[in-house]
Amino acid sequence: MSTPVTRRKPPRVGDQPLFRRALIGIVLVLGAFLILAPLIIIGVEAFAKGWQVYRDTITHPDTRHAIMLTVLAALVAVPINTAFGVAAAWAITKFDFRGKRFLLVVIEIPFSVSPIVAGVAYLFVYGLQGIFGPVLDEYGIKILFAIPGIILASMFVTAPFVARELIPLMQAQGRDLEEAATSLGASGWRTFFSVTLPNIKWALLYGVVLCNARVMGEFGAVSVVSGNIRGQTNTLPLHIELLYHDYQAAGAFASASILALIAVFTIIAKVALERQGAGRVRRPALAANPAEKTS
Amino acid sequence: MKIRLDHVVKTFETFRAVKDVSLEIESGELVALLGPSGSGKTTILRMVAGLEYADQGHIYFGDQDATDIPVRDRGVGFVFQHYALFPHMTVAENIAFGMKVSKVKREKAAIDVRVLDLLRLVRLEGLGDRFPAQISGGQRQRVALARALAVDPKVLLLDEPFGALDANVRRDLRRWLREIHSELGITTLFVTHDQEEALDLADRVVILKDGQIVQQGTPEEVCRDPKTSFVMKFLGDANVLAAEVRDGKAYASGAAIEVSGMADGKAELYARPADLDWSLQGPGIPASITRVLDRADGRRVLATAETGEHLEFDVEPERLVKAGDGGFVTLRRAKVFAV
Repeated sequence: MSTPVTRRKPPRVGDQPLFRRALIGIVLVLGAFLILAPLIIIGVEAFAKGWQVYRDTITHPDTRHAIMLTVLAALVAVPINTAFGVAAAWAITKFDFRGKRFLLVVIEIPFSVSPIVAGVAYLFVYGLQGIFGPVLDEYGIKILFAIPGIILASMFVTAPFVARELIPLMQAQGRDLEEAATSLGASGWRTFFSVTLPNIKWALLYGVVLCNARVMGEFGAVSVVSGNIRGQTNTLPLHIELLYHDYQAAGAFASASILALIAVFTIIAKVALERQGAGRVRRPALAANPAEKTS
Repeated sequence: MKIRLDHVVKTFETFRAVKDVSLEIESGELVALLGPSGSGKTTILRMVAGLEYADQGHIYFGDQDATDIPVRDRGVGFVFQHYALFPHMTVAENIAFGMKVSKVKREKAAIDVRVLDLLRLVRLEGLGDRFPAQISGGQRQRVALARALAVDPKVLLLDEPFGALDANVRRDLRRWLREIHSELGITTLFVTHDQEEALDLADRVVILKDGQIVQQGTPEEVCRDPKTSFVMKFLGDANVLAAEVRDGKAYASGAAIEVSGMADGKAELYARPADLDWSLQGPGIPASITRVLDRADGRRVLATAETGEHLEFDVEPERLVKAGDGGFVTLRRAKVFAV
């Protein structure tokens, strides 16, 4: 047994007490002002005129319609983008083909481009003065200022979410597992469902949750193509803006509280899924450690 | 099942990975494809498996042209270097996978019995409920082998099967694979860059370089009679001395050795460390010892010849040699290749 020795430990780099306290303090104060305070305001203002007003706003037909439309947009856009994401990730990581790098860049575009640009682009493609506009008009198909336009715009904005979660993971896992399954006689579908999917399921779900949150919260692209027709083409974020401009602050905050609630659930789901990723210690993918996923 | 490769060619983008390789593997034979990285050995193995398709040439399984049969229907057992076990399935589920997805339907009870048999064969009884992450590397590779054997493959293909394991485990698994092979008699082709592994394990060794076969034969044949300096160097440590052939004798730095049937001219003399010895008297190659490395089974001596060439040779553990000693390196036997 050695007796413990009291030693003056020299501070590590950037570890001086003053520096540490100042840094932590700054982050806490900024975090409170930038993030926490606005969220609290939403809660407070939503109920500022009492529970009755809150309930009236939420149950107002226009609000209800906006919620339904938002849910509908998510119900269509999320599954399609999930399928797209899985297909794109599979194609990019398991096959070699020309234009692979190009496809990777294309998938990332919605992240780097402002959503409003997407909205305007859709105007040019499907609008009455646009490329397909006259043809669609002739057949009586309405895309802009209607539900299809909203869904298309949401899909554009959220296209990369699932693919971006899956590509790094599937790249790290390599093709060995699929090759092994195939050499053992498994069909393509069988290989996907019993070998690939179980190894990417948490990342997939993670992407779906993020994709869903973005679809429900999307404002910019949707606002251009929806036309803001109350009770018809108003999604929840658009509805909030409309209420706010109508000087119905309590209504706007009440509707906003719904989106905030969705956000809270998203975060809970996200954290739970990250736990699952980390909980892979028991059976990690041998080729890579998905828990080390960076995102 | 007998396997025959007939003038097989494979090109990736612009890189010729395999250039016109023809090879026959007899039924029940255990053959090693040995070569440095980039020699095309893994590509050949993957083409036999059907994981890659040959650009030209044919691959026959018995009398059947298997060139275009997809991997799924080819009936091969493939063992990957990094095991490729399904991480979300237990050991038993991994082994049963091939039987479950097979077009030939099997009773669940029959599958269970077969899984137990295979676990016994690979000496992993009682580990069926573990996940791959819960067993050691050597055990994983044995599970991978059991999984490949479960579908009764016509051929067993192993890609650097022991490459990811440490030396001791590797040696054990090698002997054990040899035993399994004699027990099952299944035609087996494996890829390795480790000469010791190839020589230890295989009935026949096929040595590859730059996508071509440079020599093939039993371990004895390739070791005793390497046809080129590449094979000589690749199979083990070798000292190289510039030599000159005159009248059926090769002369190098003061040593001479009989070579019959070689034309006069410049040559290179190759000698294994065990083919050289140390003597205080000539004749021999005058040299001085620079370092002595002690090993479990003897002493490796590093020396520099008067002509500046670096020499390495082994002496018995009792021999008293030390750095700085001067003397003569004598030649017991050597191979001479014209340059």
